[in-house]
Amino acid sequence: MNFWKNNKGCRWLAGVLAGILFLGIGAVQGQFDIIWRKAVMICLECIGIG
Amino acid sequence: MKKLRLAIQIIYTILTNGYLYGFLNGKIYQGNLKYICVPGLNCYSCPGAVGSCPIGALQAVLNEQGFRVPFAVIGFFFLFGSLPGRFVCGWLCPFGLVQDLLHKIPVFRKRKRLPFHHILKYGKYVVLALLVCAGSMFLFGGFAKVPAFCKYLCPSGTLFGALPLLGANGQLRSQAGLLFFWKLGILLVILVLSVKVYRPFCQYLCPLGAVYGWFNRFSLVQIHWEKERCSSCMACKKACPMDLSPEEISVSPECIRCGQCAAACPEKCLHFKK
Repeated sequence: MNFWKNNKGCRWLAGVLAGILFLGIGAVQGQFDIIWRKAVMICLECIGIG
Repeated sequence: MKKLRLAIQIIYTILTNGYLYGFLNGKIYQGNLKYICVPGLNCYSCPGAVGSCPIGALQAVLNEQGFRVPFAVIGFFFLFGSLPGRFVCGWLCPFGLVQDLLHKIPVFRKRKRLPFHHILKYGKYVVLALLVCAGSMFLFGGFAKVPAFCKYLCPSGTLFGALPLLGANGQLRSQAGLLFFWKLGILLVILVLSVKVYRPFCQYLCPLGAVYGWFNRFSLVQIHWEKERCSSCMACKKACPMDLSPEEISVSPECIRCGQCAAACPEKCLHFKK
């Protein structure tokens, strides 16, 4: 706890590292493919048709 | 500062929506850049969009059969939240730019906030929890889950996705029905309200702002307040479009890091952290 209190300025770095970790886990689970598949088709719900 | 911010907003909007072929032919970009989420709320069905919308991507993962933690999108949230935080809202988001421009129109007496702001400001968390998360997991259209936020609320999707696509694609236009007019109505209300109130969608409804706001206390981009030098003239509060006082600016989830407080401070005791 003291580490985080004394190093408030570095908490963004912990966030970045956590982000990279989550991105890695997402990549392993194939979630980027899900995102891409959705993003390259016209989203009928988004445009108010589906 | 204002001109610089406007220039960056315009450049970023053009860069992330620069697929001109899509606008001309009523189609969308289908390349590999769409594996990546852009930081701002930017509908991936905008004909010009070259990246994915983080909120749309979150719902796409939650819409999959069976529950899975959307690690990839949470990763993007942590990256963008920890580095720029809500600076994204103030300097990059295309829909924020639209609201900024509308608020410059010199009609109506301008307001920074709606009445009952202290309650309404939690609306974006409700939208995030109920529409984006729960809605995408539990609302069904037929046998498929639906991206509830995109489908029922997102005005950015209507403005940047639906209108250009329906304008250029007659086949899609013929299918527009009640849902489209519901979304068009929401868009019009928000756009008209934006002329009077500063960024009503960002302040009260945007789920992405709710996410980035959580990172505001510790993101890399910070506005630092030198309390000992402050003369409490409140020029910063007057200049702040979100109506935040200097002690709130550095920590509030509502601060969009527009920098107008820093530009207005006569003592120069507010500044982007070096």
